[in-house]
Amino acid sequence: MSKKPTKHHQPDTTGHSWDGIEEYNNPLPRWWLWSFYATIIWGIGYSIAMPAWPLLNGATPGLLGSSTRANVQAEIDRYAAANKPIEEKLVATDLTQIANDPELASFTQNAGAAVYRTWCAQCHGAGAGGNDRLGYPNLLDSDWLWGGSIEDIYLTVAHGIRNDEDDDARYSQMPAFGRDELLDDTQIAQVVQHVRKISGQEYDAALEAEGAVVFADNCASCHMEDGTGDRAQGAPNLTDAIWLYGGDVDALTYTVANARFGVMPSWSFAPEGGEQRLSEAEIRAVAAYVHGLGGGE
Amino acid sequence: MSSTDQADPPPLYAAREPVFPKRVNGSFRSLKWVLMAVMLGIYYITPWIRWDRGPALPDQAVLVDLANRRFFFFMVEIWPHEFYFVAGLLIMAGLGLFLFTSAAGRVWCGYACPQTVWTDLFILVERWVEGDRNARIRLLRQKWNAEKVRKRITKWILWLLISIATGGAWVFYFTDAPELLKNLVIGAAHPVAYTTIAVMTATTFAFGGFAREQICIYACPWPRIQAAMMDEDTLVIAYREWRGEPRGKLHKGVTPEGQGDCIDCNACFAVCPMGIDIRNGQQLECITCGLCIDACNEMMDKIGKPRGLIGYMALKDESMERAGGHPKNVWKHIFRPRTLLYFTLWAGIGVALVVALFMRSPIDFNLTPNRDPLYVIQGDGSVRNIYTMRLRNKAGDETTFRITVTGENGAPRTDLNLLLEGAEGNEISAPADETLTQRVYIEAPAGSAPALADRTELRVWVEEVGAPARAAVDTVFNGTGKRD
Repeated sequence: MSKKPTKHHQPDTTGHSWDGIEEYNNPLPRWWLWSFYATIIWGIGYSIAMPAWPLLNGATPGLLGSSTRANVQAEIDRYAAANKPIEEKLVATDLTQIANDPELASFTQNAGAAVYRTWCAQCHGAGAGGNDRLGYPNLLDSDWLWGGSIEDIYLTVAHGIRNDEDDDARYSQMPAFGRDELLDDTQIAQVVQHVRKISGQEYDAALEAEGAVVFADNCASCHMEDGTGDRAQGAPNLTDAIWLYGGDVDALTYTVANARFGVMPSWSFAPEGGEQRLSEAEIRAVAAYVHGLGGGE
Repeated sequence: MSSTDQADPPPLYAAREPVFPKRVNGSFRSLKWVLMAVMLGIYYITPWIRWDRGPALPDQAVLVDLANRRFFFFMVEIWPHEFYFVAGLLIMAGLGLFLFTSAAGRVWCGYACPQTVWTDLFILVERWVEGDRNARIRLLRQKWNAEKVRKRITKWILWLLISIATGGAWVFYFTDAPELLKNLVIGAAHPVAYTTIAVMTATTFAFGGFAREQICIYACPWPRIQAAMMDEDTLVIAYREWRGEPRGKLHKGVTPEGQGDCIDCNACFAVCPMGIDIRNGQQLECITCGLCIDACNEMMDKIGKPRGLIGYMALKDESMERAGGHPKNVWKHIFRPRTLLYFTLWAGIGVALVVALFMRSPIDFNLTPNRDPLYVIQGDGSVRNIYTMRLRNKAGDETTFRITVTGENGAPRTDLNLLLEGAEGNEISAPADETLTQRVYIEAPAGSAPALADRTELRVWVEEVGAPARAAVDTVFNGTGKRD
């Protein structure tokens, strides 16, 4: 406010005149210009203080040592610390009681879904629908090879199936009746027709009669005489509508002849001196999540 | 003809010329005092109006609950999925400004804009501490002495108190006001609250105390936009040049022969908060506050000339008035196709919003079919579809809902069975004021029509147990698509 106030305000013109039209000159206030210079100075200071100029590898680090990567890590650590009490509570709670505790139920739904999407969806599918061509079980339906209670699901997740890394892994092996020449092709064709019959599908009655005998001699010890399977040894129920590898004649013939050997990793496995793949709390959370997808028993 | 000044080019930047608005009395000044009181009153009092919302929610009539993503306005409660109400209100606000601008020019700027209202308030304080225009000019030119220091510091402290109150009132709109006030005083409020108050205080202090008219002239885009909405029928404040010119002083109380009504007293310039001379014609600085009208009318009364040398007029009437005719009725300027169109659009959206508000379903839920997988075959051969339901319980206490399924258009269907994850039967309780996410299963028995069909249209109902409220959404059931 150095200039003395004018008594009468009449804007100057720029002195330009075209066809009698003149242009007013309304100069910007000087502070506006200074604030523009101030932003330039701020910009220079900022690029010195903060990571700014791109180099061949990375960028100038900046004097303040700010790093968005470190910020994210700090945030992850903060949330991990915040989750610690409820994770401890989850580990201390009986598996069957999780659903009755609203706090744990809500936590396992979200934390379990995150674990599922990160580690399980690759095989079982994002929607847990499995893959019946590659033999990844559908986790939404009513059939479970090794049991569908939350304890069973927990054990399956924790130790996996038919892997070599965990001594507690669920393990069973169907003989390859064709490849190992335990049954000839005719017998295999006959037993396939019997399986078609007990699962309520169309079958060839002539072949099936002999097939029932082949089944009783070779299959019933694991799949039970009525074909309902045995969860203790992961022998599938052959009488329901659910097939892990398909229930048509070709798929059944291949299964009987060559057997199947689906593998799931152990999620509690820890390399020597390292941490478990998934923590106890994560395994419990994902077991509760899977149990709540509709198939849980 | 073309000529260019070859001498020094005019400066691009200049120091701000301070403005010292003089006190004035008159109808527009009175109107502005009333409007100022009303608007400041609304701003400061609104967060303190109480409204009973039950035990779970703050009893505040107007509350923007950002943490829980709710907006409360008296009896209306808006959840985030109803944000179109806010969008509609913003569109109405925009169209309302178009309407007022095309009818009466920059009325928003002159009477209602916070920048104008707070600047007016700050000038009032300034005048109260430092005196009127001439005293303030003297004070500016005066060397720093005890008097100047005392007056400046008094003024700045008062401005700062107003600024703190302004910033402080703002945060009360976002959380329970009495609780927050208590926390603010004892220093336990959230840092965001303090930061917001600090920023709002600083901007109020700087904009109302020092930047003032410069915000309107250099920073605000709205005056530039308004210029495009005004036409020759728009009411603006103008100087009746044909009547005032040639201007000149009175000689012994008498207007010399051939001289216009303007006595060149500069009263219109002295009262202008924007520091312009209205006699130079329409200027982008003019916020149409009407104070120059009051000042000029006062002068005209004193010298016994008719009022209205400066006044609201439509530019269309200028030539007619110059020729001695009478201006058209004001309403004929206001009611014209352009303003009627704006009003129709504005009112149409308003009516649509009110209708939408009252047609809102009492139960609010949506149901999304899971797409991966489309269906699940169960052990007994039945086909199951999985849906994710989001059910909003807007009631203040826990409510039980019954969920059922029917065919298209509500026709009963016996071949569809509805199940809920984690619940026996088809009833589920939702906690107060929360959105419940629930997995819903619909099953069709093996061999039934929906199990075999590709798609079956159906309707899912939600009803409040023990209350008549009921709502439905249409969705589909995916079967295997295999007919044997």
